[in-house]
Amino acid sequence: MQDHSDKKANEKAGYGTTGHEWDGIQELNTPLPRWWLWTWYASIIWAFCYWIAYPAIPMVSSFTKGVLGWSSREAVIADVQGLQTLRGPMTAKIEAASLADIEKTPELLSFARAQGAAAFAVNCSPCHGAGAQGSKGYPNLNDDDWLWGGSLDTIHTTLQHGIRWDADKDTRSSMMPAFGKDGTLKANEISATADYVRSLSGLPTDKGADLALGQSVFAANCAACHGDNGEGNQDVGAPKLNDKVWLYGSDKALIMERITLGGGGVMPAWSTRLDVPTIKSLAVYVHTLGGGQ
Amino acid sequence: MTHPISHSPSLWQRHQIFEKNSIILVIGILIAISIGGLVEVLPLFYLKSTIEQVDGIRPLTPLELTGRNIYVREGCYNCHSQMIRPLRDEVERYGHYSLAAESMYDHPFQWGSKRTGPDLARVGGKYSDDWHRDHLRNPRSVVPASIMPGYPWLEQNLVDLSHVSDDMAVLAAEGVPYSPEMIKAAISDAKTQGSADDASTATFAKRYPKAISRDLGGNVGRLTEADALIAYLQLLGTQVDFKLYDDKANIR
Ligand code: HEC
Ligand code: HEC
Ligand code: HEC
Repeated sequence: MQDHSDKKANEKAGYGTTGHEWDGIQELNTPLPRWWLWTWYASIIWAFCYWIAYPAIPMVSSFTKGVLGWSSREAVIADVQGLQTLRGPMTAKIEAASLADIEKTPELLSFARAQGAAAFAVNCSPCHGAGAQGSKGYPNLNDDDWLWGGSLDTIHTTLQHGIRWDADKDTRSSMMPAFGKDGTLKANEISATADYVRSLSGLPTDKGADLALGQSVFAANCAACHGDNGEGNQDVGAPKLNDKVWLYGSDKALIMERITLGGGGVMPAWSTRLDVPTIKSLAVYVHTLGGGQ
Repeated sequence: MTHPISHSPSLWQRHQIFEKNSIILVIGILIAISIGGLVEVLPLFYLKSTIEQVDGIRPLTPLELTGRNIYVREGCYNCHSQMIRPLRDEVERYGHYSLAAESMYDHPFQWGSKRTGPDLARVGGKYSDDWHRDHLRNPRSVVPASIMPGYPWLEQNLVDLSHVSDDMAVLAAEGVPYSPEMIKAAISDAKTQGSADDASTATFAKRYPKAISRDLGGNVGRLTEADALIAYLQLLGTQVDFKLYDDKANIR
């Protein structure tokens, strides 16, 4: 009975079995689809051509280099050079022009801003925010409130050498002393000074705050950097304390933390990571964000 | 029964021995795969061009090595590669393409294959220690749109240095040039690197040229897992001076 049905299947299919038989069950020898078989042959031929054309087979002391002489490292050098040739004329102009001239020449300005925006997205936005809006400890670069100066040259210097970046010997380095941690000021003095600092920008102070004590502590310890009236000093990167822009925040607790711990934010130096035209473009980009001076 | 295929002892017939005995089939598969594997792998061990000659590559310091182990433990490689491929767009974004020499002391290497986040091969020196600390605790605090998970426990856990000399001894057996002196000084070297102005900074610097050594965590006397990981991240991609490196000499 089984024999009978097998024969019928064979007749219907029009081709034989593989000859294997298990308990009377046989296996049809269905040929592979044509398209599949030819694709397979073609890929074998392709593989052989590839071996000949490209670096492939390891030998005793080296490997076959392939008749095309292609190498991934040579290819990327050529690709990058191609890009440099494409940008070359503009990059050369950016490199040669002064920062002020770049800003005055519309053609250079639009190139610098485009290059600056791209470099900013990769290198700067993780700290300063995608729109350069800043966050706690990382300054907003859109406004005209500058820690170290908002002229083209000061921005350029900040970018080249970073801020408190020890690996660069020309980095901007001044720091606020840790008045609390070092024991220079007592807890009540710190509290009173924090209230006084808030009063400088018209913020409400704690009930019963000793503003007179705060004022005298400020004059003795803080004015040298932050100015007599908290107007700040860009030579030492001391922020204005009499405006509504805060690097860390205006809460009394945050101000007290600052007075206790001192220190200062750190920004890497870019002259070792980015090339000269890119840093110039970035300086122009930041300067033209809105707050440039 | 029709058997259109003839029964003379052809290759197909002899092949039956594999089809009818699973053990022989398994052995056959193993031999075939091994030949394929050996042909691909063995030449890399004897071909000089596999790893280029460059100056500046030193083994990881004990603290960096501990940080690397934390990197592996936390599975950072699931989202981050450490391999800048020789492609124009990668070189434009991340810097010089990775050299084989830069990971020659890594066992196992962390090249990775998945980039949910950016490549980290040259992240050293790109950010401040503070930024890394904030970012590891809660990435959203510095990059609002980040999808990277936070690792807040890293700055709470004190670093465990009890196995670091064993780790170094194993790596030394695998060919990483750790001297017995380095292995012996492992724990004190790790502590030196994680603190500012330690008395033994000079001897440490002699063992590990150009290694950073500073107060990484801003918390004196407490060496945390975050400090170790940051020491490792700050090293990545900084060892070769590409101003001195000759691309053309290493074309392959
Ligand atoms: C690791 C985080 C970090 C990165 C990355 C970073 N910055 Fe900064 N940047 C800072 C910090 C922190 C400050 C403020 C330092 C301080 O407190 O004085 C700063 C300050 C600045 C200033 C000075 C602002 C002022 O008010 O004087 C400029 C300009 C600036 N950054 C531009 C850039 C540009 C352009 C980039 C990208 C090439 C960049 N930064 C990348 C952290 C960073
Ligand atoms: C040696 C100079 C110096 C002295 C002295 C100094 N500061 Fe500062 N101060 C700085 C610098 C620099 C910063 C910026 C820190 C940073 O960039 O991270 C700063 C930041 C601050 C901030 C944070 C401002 C913000 O926008 O969030 C406050 C508040 C402050 N100082 C208050 C004081 C008080 C109060 C004193 C005196 C007890 C004082 N400072 C003394 C240099 C100084
Ligand atoms: C779920 C995937 C994921 C995991 C796991 C992960 N990351 Fe990330 N990482 C990201 C993404 C996405 C970004 C980009 C956004 C950002 O900066 O937060 C990123 C960014 C970074 C950056 C900044 C890179 C640059 O050049 O801007 C560093 C450094 C980093 N991660 C380190 C780590 C470390 C260390 C670990 C392990 C403890 C880790 N990441 C685990 C997804 C991940």
